[in-house]
Amino acid sequence: MKNPLDSLWGTVIAGFVLTAVLVVFANNFLIGG
Amino acid sequence: MGVFRWVHFMAGVMWIGLLYYFNFVQVAALKNAAADGTAAGISKHVAPRALLFFRWAAVVTWLAGAALLGPRFVPTFTLQPEAAYIGIGAWLGTIMLFNVWALIWPNQKRILGMTPASDDEKNRARRVAFLASRTNVMLSIPMLFFMGAGVHGF
Repeated sequence: MKNPLDSLWGTVIAGFVLTAVLVVFANNFLIGG
Repeated sequence: MGVFRWVHFMAGVMWIGLLYYFNFVQVAALKNAAADGTAAGISKHVAPRALLFFRWAAVVTWLAGAALLGPRFVPTFTLQPEAAYIGIGAWLGTIMLFNVWALIWPNQKRILGMTPASDDEKNRARRVAFLASRTNVMLSIPMLFFMGAGVHGF
């Protein structure tokens, strides 16, 4: 599998995905936990 | 507090602005410049200056952010519920600062010839610095979301 960080847009998309994951984590395990 | 917030924003704009310059502009420009033999202008005159402001803006951003947190520093970094969002932003920013000083800068010094390195070492340094820089672009996206979000994300 190619490293998404080798592509600029792969990097940006990875950033948005990571944001969504962290929002779910924060809301469920840090704030609501 | 207002002064720390102002400095945090100004230095942060310079840090992330230069990070985006490296990744959105300079990497591709250097590849094209290498093809027509004009890369030295960038690697000799532009990159060292951009890196100077980049790495010190990162330090000023972090210190002004820490000062801005004041007594909320510990609850923020221990991700307490009332500081969960800013805590995640602060941790992402801290990881990014580590990447700048522990991975990007030492390897850029090898690439730019400020630290002696063989061709093999330069190639390896190029890859490590590139990936650390790209990692910071990726981390900057949630970092800015969490920094900009209010306490509960609104």
